[in-house]
Amino acid sequence: MGEEEGLHQTQLLDTMFVRGLKRKCFDGEEDIEGTLAGFKAIPSYNLQRQSLLDMSLVKLQLCHMLVEPNLCRSVLIANTVRQIQEEMTQDGTWQMINTQSAGQTSLDRLVSTDILCRSSKEQAEGKLVPVYSTFTKDCEGTQSQDNSEIMSTVTSPQAPRNLQSNMWEMENPQENRGNFQKSLDQIFETLENKSPNTVEDLFSEVDNSYYDLDTVLTGMMSNTKMGHCDVLETFPSQTTANSNSNCKSDLNELDHIVEILVES
Amino acid sequence: MAGVAGGGGGGGGGNDFQWCFSQVKGAIDEDVAEADIISTVEFNYSGDLLATGDKGGRVVIFQREQENKSRPHSRGEYNVYSTFQSHEPEFDYLKSLEIEEKINKIRWLPQQNAAHFLLSTNDKTIKLWKISERDKRAEGYNLKDEDGRLRDPFRITALRVPILKPMDLMVEASPRRIFANAHTYHINSISVNSDHETYLSADDLRINLWHLEITDRSFNIVDIKPANMEELTEVITAAEFHPHHCNVFVYSSSKGTIRLCDMRSSALCDRHSKFFEEPEDPSSRSFFSEIISSISDVKFSHSGRYMMTRDYLSVKVWDLNMENRPVETYQVHEYLRSKLCSLYENDCIFDKFECCWNGSDSAIMTGSYNNFFRLFDRNTRRDITLEASRESSKPRAILKPRKVCTGGKRKKDEISVDSLDFNKKILHTAWHPTDNIIAVAATNNLYIFQDKIN
Repeated sequence: MGEEEGLHQTQLLDTMFVRGLKRKCFDGEEDIEGTLAGFKAIPSYNLQRQSLLDMSLVKLQLCHMLVEPNLCRSVLIANTVRQIQEEMTQDGTWQMINTQSAGQTSLDRLVSTDILCRSSKEQAEGKLVPVYSTFTKDCEGTQSQDNSEIMSTVTSPQAPRNLQSNMWEMENPQENRGNFQKSLDQIFETLENKSPNTVEDLFSEVDNSYYDLDTVLTGMMSNTKMGHCDVLETFPSQTTANSNSNCKSDLNELDHIVEILVES
Repeated sequence: MAGVAGGGGGGGGGNDFQWCFSQVKGAIDEDVAEADIISTVEFNYSGDLLATGDKGGRVVIFQREQENKSRPHSRGEYNVYSTFQSHEPEFDYLKSLEIEEKINKIRWLPQQNAAHFLLSTNDKTIKLWKISERDKRAEGYNLKDEDGRLRDPFRITALRVPILKPMDLMVEASPRRIFANAHTYHINSISVNSDHETYLSADDLRINLWHLEITDRSFNIVDIKPANMEELTEVITAAEFHPHHCNVFVYSSSKGTIRLCDMRSSALCDRHSKFFEEPEDPSSRSFFSEIISSISDVKFSHSGRYMMTRDYLSVKVWDLNMENRPVETYQVHEYLRSKLCSLYENDCIFDKFECCWNGSDSAIMTGSYNNFFRLFDRNTRRDITLEASRESSKPRAILKPRKVCTGGKRKKDEISVDSLDFNKKILHTAWHPTDNIIAVAATNNLYIFQDKIN
């Protein structure tokens, strides 16, 4: 949207949010007509909310290349996005948005940018896929194999889900929502180092100098990223209840990392 | 006594007093170099020294001149005492990221001998600096010449005692300790303990306890990093030791909560002793509620009985004995509540304002936009808005109270919300420990104001 439009939208958002509108909770008994009427009565609220969502996602994507992004700011923006998503889920508007092609483009763009950032080798090995893609297996019924086209398949065991994502799964196991959740968490993950506990244990005897596992492994990943990508590299999340099964894949990763170390 | 909203120029009666301009430090240019932006301001324990840190990693220390009998109205000006480069930019090769040299915080140590010590920190490394004076030098060494060359031992025929002769004052700053490699995330706070032996440093997810003498080791006392980073929803925003109880400290979070911890209860203080949170007002809930509740600063009162927190729109004073709500709440710039979306868009909503107490804990001060800063008198409940600007920078000029017009007809001398300059933000302020002297950092300028002696 043009600058002027953006400004206008923001001013509208200001007036819209000034009263701190409560979340609209449409209970199941309301008929479709009522729902539509509700939408018509405040059509701009949803638009403004969507605008806020888009703005937030853009903010999360824009990380400074040279300096580490501010974690507090990222966390606050991510929480805002989750909040909007929760409300949109309760409203049932999440489904509506996803059926519109316009609303999807930003999400698709996010997902694809992230995939572009990964080297083809990593994609093939399926190592950098965040655990959240496994949640598609939790969903009943409609989860399609299309997910695997977008995300490489994951071999790691299912990770325990937190309450939020469970809610999303049960409410509306949409493929696109899965993508959104993934992209949100990918964005969030990319902004932060991650240290799988299991791998940390392996390194516990190693000298705990500055370059602890967080920084080492993330550093290795970021060295492999493409130049045009302005999102920090993702790092596989290995959280799992069963650490033994992960050891082998962790060791493979370590080999991979050592390889890079030696080469560089 | 705090600054009270008096009339225009004549001043009120009785105990009212007014703030006057005293000094301004820094360049006047319109073009502000990023490195010159002041990022922290701190008086030392006596108030004789005032330290500033900037984005370029430099520390400038001002010293208060002795009171001059010929100029009784001037309470002692602050002049540059020492300037040094505390931190340099670094490059983390493993992460391919720069580590900024910006000084996030400076904290003075209590003075124990002739030298002064302070801790300064950037995002990753804390340094202990010793600032010492040298105003004498020794002459008449036996073993070396005046220019330092060693004398031929066979030439020495007599023994003499070196004499101390005065020289021009030289102030030297030397790094005595470097506390590095203990923080994965960005350090936001440091706080010297009342035992004068230890201090804490806090980053987004962890708090470490250091001994001032030991640099290769620190204890982790708080760790809120989740096992799965995807579950991260809250970070540490500030931390401080209690001024009297060396086992007690508090830390604030991005969700508007404060946790008080007692180090005696366990080595890892993940479980708090007290949890301070004000219940949310459901009628004012919005998408921005959490962001504006994030606490940007927490400060104990000098008495140790209260603590003050700063969130985006308000300052709250808490009684340490009451966890469920603050005892006092002061609105800093409530007129911004209707502008939150714009402020979110331009990132101003993430600005971290600091706050400070006066020496007697009767007043508090915090900054705002448009180079405005606010003072609140806790006893009279009066507040005043002042501006740090070059226009009101005449010596001993009384500062005129400012007012923001929130709607309707704008009165003369009022400024409307839409005219506020959000690039001119006062994030860092400091109050002299005993006197009514305040230091206000406005971008690259440091303003010093004093109360007018009536």
